[in-house]
Order: sequence, then structure tokens, then C-alpha cells
Amino acid sequence: MAILVNEKSRVIVQGITGREGMVRARLMKDYGTRVIAGVTPGKGGEFVYNIPVFDSVEEAWEKTGPIDISVVFVPAALVKNAALEAIDAGVKLIVLIPDRVPIHDVLEISRFAQLKGARFVGPNTLGLVSPGKAVIGMIGGRAEKASEWFRPGPIGVSSRSGGMTSAISYYLTEAGLGQSTIIHVGGDAVVGLSHPEVMELFERDGQTELIVMFGEIGSTQEERVAGLIEAGKLTKPVIVYIGGKAAKSGTRFSHAGAIVEGSRGSHAGKVEILKKVGAHVVDTIADIPRKATELIE
Amino acid sequence: MARLYEYQSKELLKEAGIRVPEGSAASSPEEARRITQEIGKPVVIKIQVWVTGRAGLGGIQFAASPEEAKAKTQALLRMKVKNFIVEKVLVEEKLAIESEYFAGLVIDDAAKSPLLVFSSVGGTGVEDIARKSPEKISRISIDVLKGLKKYEVRNMVRRTGLSGKVLTQLSSILARLYKVAHTYDARSVEINPLVLAEDGLVYAADCHFTVDDYAVFRHPELGIEVAREFDRPPTELERIAYHVEEKDHRGTFYFLQMMENIMEKDMALGFNGAGGGGSMMSMDAVLNRGFKLANYCDTSGNPSASKVYRAARIILSQPNIKGYFASGSGVASQEQFHSARGLVKAFYAEKMSIPAVIRLGGNFEEKAIEILEAYLKDIPGKVEGYGKDDPPEFCAQRMGELIKDNDFGLHRVVPVEETKPPSDCYSFDTVTGKISIDHNKCLDCRSHGCIEACSAGILQLHDGRPVLAIGKEDAKKGKCTECLACEIFCKFHARDAVFIDLPIPGLNEYRDKVIKNSNEMVRK
Repeated sequence: MAILVNEKSRVIVQGITGREGMVRARLMKDYGTRVIAGVTPGKGGEFVYNIPVFDSVEEAWEKTGPIDISVVFVPAALVKNAALEAIDAGVKLIVLIPDRVPIHDVLEISRFAQLKGARFVGPNTLGLVSPGKAVIGMIGGRAEKASEWFRPGPIGVSSRSGGMTSAISYYLTEAGLGQSTIIHVGGDAVVGLSHPEVMELFERDGQTELIVMFGEIGSTQEERVAGLIEAGKLTKPVIVYIGGKAAKSGTRFSHAGAIVEGSRGSHAGKVEILKKVGAHVVDTIADIPRKATELIE
Repeated sequence: MARLYEYQSKELLKEAGIRVPEGSAASSPEEARRITQEIGKPVVIKIQVWVTGRAGLGGIQFAASPEEAKAKTQALLRMKVKNFIVEKVLVEEKLAIESEYFAGLVIDDAAKSPLLVFSSVGGTGVEDIARKSPEKISRISIDVLKGLKKYEVRNMVRRTGLSGKVLTQLSSILARLYKVAHTYDARSVEINPLVLAEDGLVYAADCHFTVDDYAVFRHPELGIEVAREFDRPPTELERIAYHVEEKDHRGTFYFLQMMENIMEKDMALGFNGAGGGGSMMSMDAVLNRGFKLANYCDTSGNPSASKVYRAARIILSQPNIKGYFASGSGVASQEQFHSARGLVKAFYAEKMSIPAVIRLGGNFEEKAIEILEAYLKDIPGKVEGYGKDDPPEFCAQRMGELIKDNDFGLHRVVPVEETKPPSDCYSFDTVTGKISIDHNKCLDCRSHGCIEACSAGILQLHDGRPVLAIGKEDAKKGKCTECLACEIFCKFHARDAVFIDLPIPGLNEYRDKVIKNSNEMVRK
């Protein structure tokens, strides 16, 4: 099982001939991900680690067959067009690695994806891993490390921090607890799949028995997860850490934001509502493997 | 979020066809007098600073004549309001207000769409009105592909109980508001109050406009210098740091000063985090041990070694810190030795004399720790490197022990003298700097380890001298990744013939001022 990606997923890399694209194509391929093609306009006909490069996603689809996932490594200003191209070609899951993507571009990608029945992860994501099956993006950095740090098992991990996605999963592995899928949902204000959407996928996944969520201050993602638990749509146990307790809260300038969000977004507000609905909120990262061990037994 | 001043926001509204009061910004009393004369009516003078509640602070004044405007402006300019010095005022016609409304646009992270909000009651305390009288507020989630239709905004206004001529005017304003927000990549826009004046026309009487930091590159016409939200103007050091970030997009470099005039008793640390989540966790660890943070800094997302070098030099331009603490998530996907080399170059150049605890956990952490410990053992301070199995709490404890058990004292900002090779020696430009190699020293070098050390593999041996194996143009475009390995190898294992110049515009001048200030303190 696992969510979003497995050993059968057929994956392409947009921007495969760039600095990051090339290095991470190798990570994915070495790990065992089925990387069937790369796309860089103007570089069609070349090969990167024996992966054929095409001029467009449509061409890659025509010549190599259906594509399940496209992982995008192009400069931030070009992300919107790359994502729209992949969605238009029929790809149903797009993973947007770059950070600094303009927010109005993300909104447009989001709406187009919705119309075409596609989903996306990111932007500003390290990617995701279904341990033992496939890695998408740059998480783990090298295949041997990704294999060492992440092991198959019953825990789903979802995080708004890239580094903490790896760190939490590694500490779980160290404690003898493997993972179903680990996903960095992305660090930006608006992301494709956010915590609540990932929680619903874990809820339906047969392999996942327990979920770990790394939340942060800002946005309404964690509050919406609390809403799912309250509504009975998320019944598996959830361990939560909310980062940013020490951060000074910024001066709020937008009245419209206050009208819409009310008190949502603060560290205290998130902790309180999650505790109230029965999530296992922990105070330090070191508590996560301890709590997980306790709950799994 | 990059904020615009009220007068800039209103210029955008005006350009979009939304009526604003007649007027413009003034930087001097004389200018205010001239503007008032041109308007030919009583005016309101408003300080241009990023604070709310200006009226209560005395920052909004009225004047009936040009001379009065001049006198009032004289008093307002240079006034200090919460951390801001008033440098400009907005002088505009005073409106005869009949009613006040509110219009705003935010990005809704749950719906993943822009959300337009209208209230038939505006002014201060609008969020309380929203709570008490929800029927006065209407909102619409905008379909960005379809766009916002006229009938949608008409219905928005109608649902709050308004009708007639004011309804059509407000509808048109809301439609234009979305348009200008979209055109200028707004993160949020707010017109409060939106005023119906006695002349029957609706005016945007105040406006806050923030631009998405990531889209500032598309709008050079806005003249945004530092695309980040501050609750005070950026400090000189923050401006220096921002320009480093702006010129090098490999990875993230974020720098924020959190303390001024640091004293010994503050137990302040220079903080270098990596990644938002890991930085927050690491901050918690040092704060829990009673330290304060002189600054917040994040170098993550696979930054080049040169960028980490610059970050460390900037952090070490803060006098009186007790230690240097670096820690991220601990299990980073990126190769950690690039950061290690950046720190080595910076600490070495600074001849740093305070202790440093560096937690570089993740890929190739063993190599990163080895680089730190091998090359920094001879500097006056003490550097310890840690990895993913050493929790931040333990590293914070080590920081405390190193400070307590030794008498390192406080960090002093001193002039940095680097031995530069002859100016006519072999050299080539890199993305953000310049590499010089003194070939006279290479001739009796037997190792030529610089060539092997180069992670991009762009050096080759020619007549016993290391030279580029690629064109100089390609090196400048980024084939040279500024990994700093050639310089470090040559300095510590060979002839010290390689010098990598990584300028940080403005930093030397800044440090000269810091040095001058501390000398004056000593004399006193």
C-alpha cells in the first residue's frame, strides 16, 4: 500500500538537465523509482543517466507511455508553465520542488489541477518517499542514505518542514518503527496537498496504522486536521508537534485576514484545539518515537 | 510580505481606476505647502509609516491653509513612531465623510484561492463588527481561471443591504480591486475605510497593499528594496544580508537581527539555523538554556559554500556575542560539507576567538565534521562539530559548557586581513566572486590536490599549473559552484596559492563603524 507513490509509479522529471534535476534524477533512479523520462525543452534526444530526455511532457507520454507523476525542477518563475503543461498532458500528480514560486501562480496551478482532476505536492517541497518502494524529489539526498534512514512500516509522516520530515522519519527508524509514506507537504502559505488532505489519504491506506504530523505556526492546516478528527473522518491515532513556540508573533496588519482566520494560526491555538479533539500533542521531537512506540504496542 | 506605503498603494489604486483623494507625498514642509496650495482646499496630513492607529499617535493632522500644512508637516517629519522615523507624509484633500465601508483581499490557504471581503461598515474595529454583525459582511472565493464577474461583486454588495448608485460604484471598485491585486501579485490588500463622501462619490481613504515576496522580481517598478515584512525598518546589516540573498539564489539565506547593543550579561549567541522547522527546534533548545539570540539566520535548501561563508561573516559582524551556534533539522538531504567549508573560510578569516557548536547532521555529516575539526583546530576559539545523532538539546548544553569552562570572552569585530595573491596572477570569475591562483607557488607543489578537490571537476593541470578545464565564461555562469574546496585544500595541505574573493558589498564599511563605536566606548 502506501500513499501517492509506490514501486509501480511511472515518473518523469521536468528540468532533468539542470543542476538539481540531474542530481536528484540519479537519487530517484538509484533508489528504484521508475523514472521513465525527463523533459527539457530543446534537449530532446539527450540522455541523463540513461533516462531519455524529451522536448515536452506530451512527447514523453507519446513515446514512453502513461505518466503517473511528474517531479518539477525548473526555476521558480517557470514552475507555473511546467505544472500546467504536465496537468494538461494528463499527469495526475505533480511534485513541485522549487521554492520562491509566486503565490498567484500557485493559485492558478491549483485551480487548473482541480478542473483536470489532478493533485500536486509543494511548492517548496523536498518530496516524498514510500520506503522500500520509491522516492520522489530530493528527500534523502542519496539513494543509500534514503534506504538507511527510511524503512518500510506502519507510520505515515506528514511535515511542513523539509528537514524535519527526514529527521522525524530517521528517529522513528532508529526506534525500530518503519514508515508507510513520508511526505513534506511544502513550506509555503498555499500548498497543493496540505496536512488535512494527506491525513485523509493515510486514513484510507491499509499499511498506515499511526500518523505523525509536524505542524507549524501560520495557515489553517492543523486546525483543519482537528476538524477532521472531530468529524470522525480521521480515526487513526495522530502524534503532533507544532513548531514555532519561540517565534515572535508578527504584527498582524490585515483586518481581512483577521476577519477570515480569527484566532487560528497561533501556536497556542493549534495545540489547544488538537489536544481537545484527542490528538497526541508532544513537546519535543524526541517524544515522537517514544509516543509512537507506546501507541503501536 | 513586502509592504507598500499608503501613498504607493493609492497610486496603484488610482492607476486601476479606483478614486482616491487628491494629493501626493511630501518629504519636506515646503513640499507639503506647495501640494496644499495646488489642492486649494483644507487637507489632511498623514505620516507614512507601517504602523496602525496613526491618529491615536498624533500622526494624522488637519490643515486649513498651505502655511498651516507647512507648519504641521514640520512637526510630523522626523517624528519617531514605534521603531520608524517619519520620512514622508501624505498630503491630501480632506473628505466630507457620509459613510464608511471596508474592502479587502486575502489569500485563503484552505480554499487555495483569493478571497474578496466587503463590509458595509468600515473604519477601526472592523473585525469586531464582523463578529457581532455577520450580515454586514460578504465574501467571495474567486475562481482565478474564470476571473471575477461583475454580477458576483454586485451581489456581494447587495447582500450587505446596500443599493442604488453607491452599489454600482462599490461593485466597480471591488472588481478593480481584484484586478490590481492580481496585476501586482498582492499578498493582501485592504481599503479601510472606503468612504462615501458628501459629493456622492466613493473614495479609497486609506489603503494597505502587501506584495508577495516571491513575485517582487516581476515588479521592478515598485522599487521594493527589501522584500520582507519587518515590524521596523531593516537594519543596515539586514540590508547587506538581503543583497547577498538577492544576488545568489542557490539555497536560502535569511537574516534577521534580534538584539541591539549586546552586553556581556545577555549571553547572546550568533545563530545559524538551517530550514524553518529545524531552526525553530534549535532555537527552542538554546533559549531553554538561558541564552539569547543576537540574530536569526537560516541557510538551507542546498546553499553554496560561498553563501554560507557570507552568512557567517555577517553573523560575526555582531560584536559581543558569546558563541556561534549552528543547527538545523539534523537529518538534511543536502551534502553538509559545503556548509562546513563555508564556515571554515569565514571562521578562519575572522580568526574567531569565541566557541562554536556546529550541528551539521545529514548527508556526508562525517566529512562535514571532519572538515570543521581538522581545519579549525588552530583558531583562537574552539569549534565542535555534531551530527544527526546528537540532539539540539545536547548541542545547546555543549555550547554552555564551552563558554563556562573557558575564558573566551566576547566576540570582537576586528578588521579582517586576508593575504591576497599578486593582482596579475591567473584568475577567473565565478557567479559571485573571483578565484586567483598564484602559479609561482604551484611550480614546486607536488600534490596538486586542488584539482582532485574541485567538486565540479573543472580544473586541470597545464604545464604543472592548475587552470580551468572549461571556458572562463562557463565558470562564471555557474560551472564553478564556489565549493571552496580548492582554496581550503591548498591553504592547509599545499602552498596557500589559491585565493577566493567573495565580496560582501557594504560589510567592510559597516564593520568600520562598529569598530569605531566600540573604540569610543572603550575611551569613555
